[in-house]
Amino acid sequence: MADPFVIAGTTLKSRLFVGTAGYPNQQVLLDCLEASGAEIVTVSIRRISLEGYAESLVDLLGGRYRLLPNTAGCATVRDAVLTAELAREALDTIWLKLELIGDRETLYPDVEQLVRAAEELVRKGFMVLPYCNEDPVTCQKLADVGCAAVMPLGSLIGSGMGIANPAAIELICARSPVPVVLDAGIGTASDAALAMELGCDAVLANTAIAKSHDPLRMAAAMRAGVEGGRLARLAGRIPKRRFAEPSSPQLGLVGT
Amino acid sequence: MTLMRINGVDEEIAATTVAELLVARGVDPAARFLAIAVNGAVVRRAEWPSKELLPGDTVEIVRPLQGG
Repeated sequence: MADPFVIAGTTLKSRLFVGTAGYPNQQVLLDCLEASGAEIVTVSIRRISLEGYAESLVDLLGGRYRLLPNTAGCATVRDAVLTAELAREALDTIWLKLELIGDRETLYPDVEQLVRAAEELVRKGFMVLPYCNEDPVTCQKLADVGCAAVMPLGSLIGSGMGIANPAAIELICARSPVPVVLDAGIGTASDAALAMELGCDAVLANTAIAKSHDPLRMAAAMRAGVEGGRLARLAGRIPKRRFAEPSSPQLGLVGT
Repeated sequence: MTLMRINGVDEEIAATTVAELLVARGVDPAARFLAIAVNGAVVRRAEWPSKELLPGDTVEIVRPLQGG
């Protein structure tokens, strides 16, 4: 059943974005990306080692996946903008996952600087996908300055705590004029399914796959979770009731 | 020799352009996916041979790595 996902003017088949960090080894990463069905994979931008430069695995991914560079670790508008510009030069892409961190311990976004950086990067021609708080007002501001999508957190990065505030995520999805990609906090496939059922357009997962006991199986599970959640969202869940509603016919009961 | 700050470290390098700097540090200027900024501004690949480096310049040499 065709259900294309359009983001930043690009039509995608997969609604699962996958991060490339923290896998046991490069082959597992490659196998997981394949099993996940992801078309968009995230990468970071880092200083090269001047002691021994060699092409990295990421160099090999470019032809097979759309690479989405991030500004992970940046704490100022200036650093985020420079990292974005370096990413554009290195990868020849205007797509950017904008991260602007306000606190090293929780990795919570610095909303004030995030909106300023997003505005500047949109002006410079980037397709900005900002990692942001699960806050409808912040998401609206990011859409207003021209972001191509918003990426609210389910819970803290790498925490595996799932979606801590489903009501907020549902509200963001209901009101957002741009696609919503649930980013951060996914712990297992049911978290991804829930994100999709709440109305998210896509999910980004990294640690949940990379640090799973069996990353390959979890990559497949995450794909199935996203697909199942999306189908359920389109189908529509039944209303919740306080009492039982028999599903079998009431007529013709034996013994009546 | 020129004193510059390269990827966060002060170094004396015998290089007067970005391209020379890469060669001096054993980095192939033709390597894919490299990006360079001097004093906070990206220097496009086509400008690496001509972009002059001056004492005190701050140079960032980056590439994509695994990330989330």
